[in-house]
Amino acid sequence: MASNHVKYRIGKSTFFKGLTILLACACVVPLIFILIYILQAGITKINWHFLTNLPKPVGETGGGIANALLGSMIIILVASVIAIPFGILCGIYLSENKKSKLAYWSRLCVDILQGVPSIVIGIVAYFWLVKPMGGFSALSGSVALAIMMLPIIIRSTEETLKLLPDSLREAGFALGLPFHRVVLKVIVPCGISGILSGVMLSVARIAGETAPLLFTAFGNPYLSFNLLKPMQSLPLLIFNYATSPYNDWHDLAWGASCILLIWVLALNIFTKLMTRKWKVQL
Amino acid sequence: MESTIVKSVDYNAYFGDNHVVKNVNIDIPRNNVIAVMGPSGCGKTTFLRGINRMHELIPGATAKGQILLNGEDVLEMHPIFVRLKIGMVFQRPNPFPNLSIYDNVIAGYKLNGIKLPKAEKDKIVEHSLTRVALWKEVKDSLTKKGSFLSGGQQQRLCIARAVAMEPEVLLFDEPTSALDPISTSTVEELFHELKKNYTLIIVTHNMQQAARVSDKTAFFYMGELVEYDATKQMFTNPKDTRTQNYITGRFS
Repeated sequence: MASNHVKYRIGKSTFFKGLTILLACACVVPLIFILIYILQAGITKINWHFLTNLPKPVGETGGGIANALLGSMIIILVASVIAIPFGILCGIYLSENKKSKLAYWSRLCVDILQGVPSIVIGIVAYFWLVKPMGGFSALSGSVALAIMMLPIIIRSTEETLKLLPDSLREAGFALGLPFHRVVLKVIVPCGISGILSGVMLSVARIAGETAPLLFTAFGNPYLSFNLLKPMQSLPLLIFNYATSPYNDWHDLAWGASCILLIWVLALNIFTKLMTRKWKVQL
Repeated sequence: MESTIVKSVDYNAYFGDNHVVKNVNIDIPRNNVIAVMGPSGCGKTTFLRGINRMHELIPGATAKGQILLNGEDVLEMHPIFVRLKIGMVFQRPNPFPNLSIYDNVIAGYKLNGIKLPKAEKDKIVEHSLTRVALWKEVKDSLTKKGSFLSGGQQQRLCIARAVAMEPEVLLFDEPTSALDPISTSTVEELFHELKKNYTLIIVTHNMQQAARVSDKTAFFYMGELVEYDATKQMFTNPKDTRTQNYITGRFS
């Protein structure tokens, strides 16, 4: 009688364990399918010619995505230059002033900002920059993406620095260090792996964003290095070419998707490795 | 004959409305080891942190009165100058985990942006580590991270870091409470060496330790300085009944 009850409970436990394993696997399945699908469709399109040439007009074979690749890199680079200092400094403020009113409100704003749809951020950038400047520009796209990067950088910086023990700060203060030196020479170096992983993840996150670029960077069929003029980027190219009726352009879109995917994957893996290597053992 | 180095005059410390240290008047003679003991929550650590102005780093913490270092009120000085003259060692060893042992010792110079010639840095590092009896153990691994050492070695490294700045006074906040007995006795032996050059103020909740290492002992209770006298006198013939009760273990 008693043993039956125990068996029943063991059975229930086994079932529950099996269920968690099954669902854990189920989460991975979509990613694997997407990876296989895009790699199959895209990998064959990628070659040196594809990476180094401009797109050809409809009807001509060949053509590449050099303008989109470079454009994406430039736009993301400028976005990072804008977002990283703001984000890290804000994160430092939040972790050093846990209880101040300003910290409470900015933390709330950051959380809300994280939830703002990317298309809305694109529209905001349009009204802030594109309209006053009189035309689409890569810079406005970078600003829109920088706004998207901010919450990720801020929160990861804050969370990382919060985990550092207070004794570390006190060690710095007790040696007569002023506040800025305690932050820059003690706190930030000890949390650098977490801060950088936040930065890398935010870059990975915005690399594929299309919506904020639609009304800002706009896209450009030619190679452009001018930040004040429209610029092509990978997600825009994929969006435009995938919705076009031409098979050649579909191929380009598959190839570009594949490149974008590899880029994001590489960034994520690189971040993981870097975080492990630079982690400061407390 | 003994000159006073630190003197507190009607020193009061608060956390918000909470009055933690009440009207403390104490004279600390140069080149002595002073033990500050008392039950938990009696304000001894707060008083210690008040001496080098670490107390006010906690939000809402304030202080009133005077703490004179060689006659100069530290509450009027810039905290950074105070902390350069009064070093501190904490309860838990806290070497900088991102720095090597070598850099940890000269952290006070390095992190403050004070540039020194290599020869001088080497001298400071060797001298400071020798003072804390750590040089022999670590001289071949100076480039390793500070966190690679054992707890007792880390604490001695932290003492070396404070000593390297050549302060006048060293504050110890329960420096051995996180250490094993052997490391504890090593650190206690150090106190005898260090008092030749510095004045040591040690907060401890371990009465035996106070009796072993100190020249004078202060007993705090409920934020007040109840009794302050030569250690021998305190432990053999305390004047206040509260001290007597504490020493005989009637409360802790």
